Amino acid sequence: MKILCFAHLSEQIGSPSLELELGPMTVASFVEEFKSRYPNARLDQVMIAVNEQFVEEDHLIGANDTVALLPPVSGG
Amino acid sequence: MSSNLFVITDQPIKPEEVSDKVKRREAGAITLFLGTVRELTYGKRTLYLEYEAYPSMAVKQLEMIGQEVRERWPDTLVAVTHRIGRLEISDIAVVIAVSSPHRKAAYEANEYVIERIKQIVPIWKKEYGEDGSEWIGDQLNQKTYPEGRPLLEDIPKDDLNHEEE
Repeated sequence: MKILCFAHLSEQIGSPSLELELGPMTVASFVEEFKSRYPNARLDQVMIAVNEQFVEEDHLIGANDTVALLPPVSGG
Repeated sequence: MSSNLFVITDQPIKPEEVSDKVKRREAGAITLFLGTVRELTYGKRTLYLEYEAYPSMAVKQLEMIGQEVRERWPDTLVAVTHRIGRLEISDIAVVIAVSSPHRKAAYEANEYVIERIKQIVPIWKKEYGEDGSEWIGDQLNQKTYPEGRPLLEDIPKDDLNHEEE
């Protein structure tokens, strides 16, 4: 599973992208797993996109998917 | 073709290049919105900004907004270019061009696009001020949209309806 982190998250994790041996798993269990591995990462209000699409908590992430952790956006 | 209507770039934006993309013989109006870097926000001075994007997904989300606009204002054509990287005060961060046979739809659709960009396009702004820097967007009053698509009711009516012109 490829993980992409943006904005404050990439600074808290120390890298904009990671490879983790994870999945298949739901978004909800991914978030729990990620929190336990990276307790410093502030995940409140973070949205999850899988393969560039926003997904719900029950979406199943595949082992080869790209998961993006997206803090609330502030473009424009 | 639709892919170059929606662009994320690290280069300065030339507004006319964006409005040229929506020029058509059937258009009687083109509205052009320039979002620029503001120096003072509620009295706090910004020195410069840095924008970061998830570029491939940002383009997809902009295309989705273009689709929403076509559904609401069928005869409009939209082009958006958003800049990323370091921007100085007064630099242009985003340009939105909308063409339409009549001006009302071009004005309304243009405002709709900027509101939606601020909701669903993965772009983040980091403000560098006199007291250091901070990522914008994690303010407590910010709403989240788990589905990535806030309901239209979430967009203030004033931003959509201009019946009293």
